[in-house]
Amino acid sequence: MKIEVLGTGCAKCQALTLHVKEAVAKKGIFAQVEKVEDIMKIMSYGVTSTPALVIDGQVKSSGKLLSTDEIVALLE
Amino acid sequence: MFEFWEKLVDTLVYGVLGLDATTQKAQVLHFFIYDTIKIYILLVLIIFVVSFLRTYFNTDKVRVYLQGKSEFTGNVLAALFGIITPFCSCSAIPLFLGFMQARIPLGITFSFLISSPMNNEIAIALLFGLFGWKVTALYIGFGLLVAIIGGFVVGRLGMEKYVLIPVVPMSGDLEDVEIKLSLAQRCQESWGYTYDILKKIYPYVMIGVGIGAFIHGYVPTDFIVQYAGSNSWYSVPLSVLLGIPMYSNAAGVMPLIEVLTGKGMLLGTALSFMMAITALSLPEAMILKRILHVRLIVTFFGIVGLGIMGVGYLFNAIL
Repeated sequence: MKIEVLGTGCAKCQALTLHVKEAVAKKGIFAQVEKVEDIMKIMSYGVTSTPALVIDGQVKSSGKLLSTDEIVALLE
Repeated sequence: MFEFWEKLVDTLVYGVLGLDATTQKAQVLHFFIYDTIKIYILLVLIIFVVSFLRTYFNTDKVRVYLQGKSEFTGNVLAALFGIITPFCSCSAIPLFLGFMQARIPLGITFSFLISSPMNNEIAIALLFGLFGWKVTALYIGFGLLVAIIGGFVVGRLGMEKYVLIPVVPMSGDLEDVEIKLSLAQRCQESWGYTYDILKKIYPYVMIGVGIGAFIHGYVPTDFIVQYAGSNSWYSVPLSVLLGIPMYSNAAGVMPLIEVLTGKGMLLGTALSFMMAITALSLPEAMILKRILHVRLIVTFFGIVGLGIMGVGYLFNAIL
């Protein structure tokens, strides 16, 4: 599983990355977590607000700081 | 709406604490307690309502709605959407490029970019609490006008070449993104958001009201009129310039402006000052500089600045 956090480095994006890592640990699954800061790459997913969460190439949320539990639910 | 609360503060300050209502010290304390709590209550209510409505809208949806709209209609709609959608200067770049990808014209994007931070929930809650619904309505109404006209003018100047990053337009129409949230989830999310904002701005409100209470009680009116300049022609442009670096402190500055208007600062000058604080933000300009040529940013600031000054002069002349 590949999880990407899209964001240009604002406080919310960093918090989301942290929550993703916590969620992965909580779930006990193997996943590759990547923080995407390149604006062109972010644009290629077609999101208009950051932070955004992408799981296996699919945009799951944008412009929102999800809680760890919300991410766990998305990992189902 | 707040009569009960005022009576309660009356009882507390003049009754329980036994302070003499005619002394300045008692009045300052009364003003401080009354105003801070009133502002906190309004902030909680309004931010909660706005965040709740917002769970039905996000910038991705706005983009879908704006796609393919004609020039003027697009400007009006973009300005209106700006009221409800959240804006964080850290999101300015993806928003800007995302709109361009969807082939939304530059002018319409700017209408949104002007309206969104100007009509933010903190400013609206504070205005409503401090100045009442009439001034709030004027602020929103003229804010929309500045956003519509400002965006329209930027669009007409043909400045697309000053966007520094090549944007590849997406082919076809965008699909509407479906959000599935229960009512409880929406409430929970709104509450979390309200709590976050309040946690961030509550000290500024207290400091702002504190200084305001001091001015209210101790600084003579003549002094303010002389320096905050009521009739001099330069007071409007000066207030706009002073407003630019104050973006993050809107929560603290607005209670001060209320006191200053009470002491003779003209409402037009006050309105331009508040609009400059929210609409012209230095951090946003710095972020946009990564993707936009300085000339476009200067034009954007110039047009919005002129619009805001126009509002200021208009009000000073009418009222």
